[in-house]
Amino acid sequence: MRAAVIVFPGSNCDRDMAVALKAAGADVTMVWHKDASLPDGVDLVAVPGGFSFGDYLRCGAIAAKSPICQAVVSHANRGGYVLGVCNGFQVLTETGLLPGALMRNSGLKFICKTVDLKVETSASSFTEGYNAGDIVGYPVAHHDGNYTVDDDTLAKLQDDDRIAFTYCDNPNGSIADIAGVLSGNRRVLGMMPHPERAVDAGHGGTDGQALFRGVLAQFATA
Amino acid sequence: MKARVHVMLKNGVLDPQGEAVRHALGALGFDGVSGVRQGKVIELDLAEGTSEATITQMCEKLLANTVIESYKVEVL
Repeated sequence: MRAAVIVFPGSNCDRDMAVALKAAGADVTMVWHKDASLPDGVDLVAVPGGFSFGDYLRCGAIAAKSPICQAVVSHANRGGYVLGVCNGFQVLTETGLLPGALMRNSGLKFICKTVDLKVETSASSFTEGYNAGDIVGYPVAHHDGNYTVDDDTLAKLQDDDRIAFTYCDNPNGSIADIAGVLSGNRRVLGMMPHPERAVDAGHGGTDGQALFRGVLAQFATA
Repeated sequence: MKARVHVMLKNGVLDPQGEAVRHALGALGFDGVSGVRQGKVIELDLAEGTSEATITQMCEKLLANTVIESYKVEVL
C-alpha cells in the first residue's frame, strides 16, 4: 500500500504520520506542497497536523489552495483514501472535501492532552478495527478544534452515520461533541485528535494503531 | 484602486473571542456592552478596473470561509 504524506511549511506532525504509516506496513512518500501531482499509485494521502502557513488568514485556508491540494481533491474525487489530522482536518474542510469548519476553541485556550474518544461507527476502513462504542485515548493539541456545521448538514452526518469519533468530555465546544467526520463515500476522514501520536507504547498508548491497520487492510489483498 | 473586505462570523455562529472581549470590557467598568463580535478587515491594492465580481470571487474562494463567515466588499 502506497501512502503520501503532504508537507506544508509549518507542518509538524508529518514525520510522526510517516512513522505511524510505516509501522503499519505502508510504503510512504513525503510530498511537498508545491508539487502539482501525487506520486503514481498512491492509495492513501495523509494531510498531517501542524500550523501550515502559520495559520494565516484561517487555519488551513492557504494550504487548501496550494498546488498539491488540487491533486488531493482529485484523488479523493476518484475514490482515493484521505486522512486529515488536526491541521489536516482543517485543510480538508477548507478544500470542501469534508463539511463544516473548525473554529477557535470555546474556552479560547490551546488544549494539549490525551482525551477519551468514543468510536461512533466501525463502518469505514479507518474505524473497522474498532467496535462502535469503544473508548480510545488519543492526544489532542489544538487551538482551533471547535467543529461547527449547520443544522441540516449535522442531521445529514448523523443520518448517514458519518460521525467517526466523538469526545467523551468535549474539550473545545465542538457541535454534538464531534471529533472526526467521514466523507459521503467514507474514504475521507478528518479528525482533530492525533491517532499517529498513539501508536507507540513508549509514547503513552497504542489506541491509534488499529486506525492505520484498518486502512492498510483495504489494500492487503489488492 | 483599493478595496476593503470586511469578514465577520455569520449571525448565529458563536464568537468566543468576541465574548472574551465583552467580558474584559465589563471588567474594566464599561457597563451595558451586551455583545461584541470580532472580525477582520482585509485591504486589497488592485489593478485599476478590477471588477467587483472579481473581488467577490476572491472572497468566495479564499478571503472568507462562507461556511461560518460573511463578507462585505467596499471599493474605495
